[in-house]
Amino acid sequence: MLEIKDLNVFYGAIHALKGISLTVGDGELVSLIGANGAGKTTTLHTISGLLRASSGSIVMDGYDLQKVPANTIIGMGLAHVPEGRHVFARMTVEENLRMGAYIIKNQKNISENLEKVYSHFPRLKERRRQLAGTLSGGEQQMLATGRALMTGPRIVLMDEPSMGLSPLLVKEIFAIIEELHKSGITILLVEQNAKMALAVSDRAYVLETGTISMEGRAADLAADDRVRKAYLGA
Amino acid sequence: MKQTSIKARYLVNLAAALLLFALAVVIGMTGGSTMKLKITPSLWQCSYLIIMAASLNLVLGFLGQLSLGHCGFMAVGAYAASLFSLALQRAGFYTEKSGPAFMLVLLLSFLIAGASAALLGLLVGIPALRLKGDYLAIITLGFGMIIVNLINNLPFCGQQGLSQGSASSALYATGLGFSNDEKMQYLWVAALVVILCMTVMFMFVRSKYGRCIRAIRDNEIAAAASGINVSYYKVMTFTISAFFAGITGTLYACCNASLSTTSFAFTNGSILNSVFIVVMVVVGGMGSLTGSVIAAVVLFLLNYTIKNGAWVAALPAFLQNVFTYPMLVYSIALIVVIMFRPRGIMGSREFALCDIPKWPAWISSYFASRGLEKSAKKEAANHG
Repeated sequence: MLEIKDLNVFYGAIHALKGISLTVGDGELVSLIGANGAGKTTTLHTISGLLRASSGSIVMDGYDLQKVPANTIIGMGLAHVPEGRHVFARMTVEENLRMGAYIIKNQKNISENLEKVYSHFPRLKERRRQLAGTLSGGEQQMLATGRALMTGPRIVLMDEPSMGLSPLLVKEIFAIIEELHKSGITILLVEQNAKMALAVSDRAYVLETGTISMEGRAADLAADDRVRKAYLGA
Repeated sequence: MKQTSIKARYLVNLAAALLLFALAVVIGMTGGSTMKLKITPSLWQCSYLIIMAASLNLVLGFLGQLSLGHCGFMAVGAYAASLFSLALQRAGFYTEKSGPAFMLVLLLSFLIAGASAALLGLLVGIPALRLKGDYLAIITLGFGMIIVNLINNLPFCGQQGLSQGSASSALYATGLGFSNDEKMQYLWVAALVVILCMTVMFMFVRSKYGRCIRAIRDNEIAAAASGINVSYYKVMTFTISAFFAGITGTLYACCNASLSTTSFAFTNGSILNSVFIVVMVVVGGMGSLTGSVIAAVVLFLLNYTIKNGAWVAALPAFLQNVFTYPMLVYSIALIVVIMFRPRGIMGSREFALCDIPKWPAWISSYFASRGLEKSAKKEAANHG
């Protein structure tokens, strides 16, 4: 579904991604783990068009995403949940969700998707008239995720959904990720919480200072000694 | 509490607008000498200040970008309207300021002023809105200064040109400049322009586009991730805001017999100053168009009474000295407002006639929440 080949990205003179290649198959849940500054977020931003690569290719369903502007990529069925719970703080929960469906013209589709999102996140339905800025951290993460789902995407890029959440909420968020995965949505997950990420993923890649150092089935990686030492703290 | 239906709200607003318009017509036909010499010119001034503040609010309050060169767009509009009307007057298209020919010229002046300012807004906005925060403020500040000098040095509107041999930067006889009688006669024009501009701005911020620009203000990354073309919406809002600022230029040209670029410059201490317009928006509430209207009128009245009020002369001498520097008084007023209403008089609420019955409840809940805050602080202090 998504195929990345030999991707190079620079921030000025800094070589952030040094020729990474990865694939995400239809219906897969693939996670990208690694330490701070490894290039995980950069990878997601490049895929969704917020950043441009200097070389390499990103192909989704046969289309080269490099040639498509960021605001059109969303319309191709790819959604991005940015890192750090970016919600529209001074808008209500429902307005936030409706903003997520910005590219959909058909009102009926919007209300259908809204119902679908509310069924995934009943808590958001309870608070639909509340301003997003007054939600708790976990609820804001749910809202950001729900907003990305409003376009009815086939693939979702999730950037550190567990960041800054209490262990209990992290569990809750990961339960939702698994649920979305089971409903047939392809997910590319970026996480620092390698333990949780490997537990839910089908496959995983380990990113180290801009290069992919390891890849394989999530269960194999979780059992790998190097991964255990470096990322699982065991 | 029962929500007033949207239809009823529209009807009430329409009725209020019609009433305002009718009032302007009546004043125009029956006004006495106080009306002619004092009130009508003030209403004209208010009309352009209101639109200036509201249009800047689109950029500052709804889009969340600081622009410090708003009067530059007004200057462009004023000069475009004046040159256009003056050229037609010289060509003999109209001789006196009445009749259908003049009405047509007036209408076209508004459109041309708005269009030329919008065009300039587009040209400035495309490069400028790639910058954020302080940098955008500096660029727009620079724009406000450059545009004044540019107009001064243009061969056809500055020191020679249409000013018929005048050696100053004034453009004599705007072609629109109304006498006091005409200001009264055409007060309905000012009322109509204000009503139309405010209506269009309201429709804009309530529309899907308005929701998008508020989303950009709240969170640019999330807006981009939702598929909003951020730079397109930024430039569009800036251009629309410039369009309305241009329209106020025509109102200004109607108010004054001659134009001088100094009246749009930063250095002038008058109420018409880009920074002062920013103050109006902040005092009124960023993100509240009705707040801008209220603030524009209140600050105009403050300015007017300081300049003309007899009460200043009745004050003790040291206070009179303060009032000889009106800018000082405005700053104090701004500080007082910010102390008690940090988000402006209206915050991001809009004034609505239908909401007046709910005011007592709102006011009591406001004081209740302040009381809670204070007791919470006290408790925290006790514990600390």
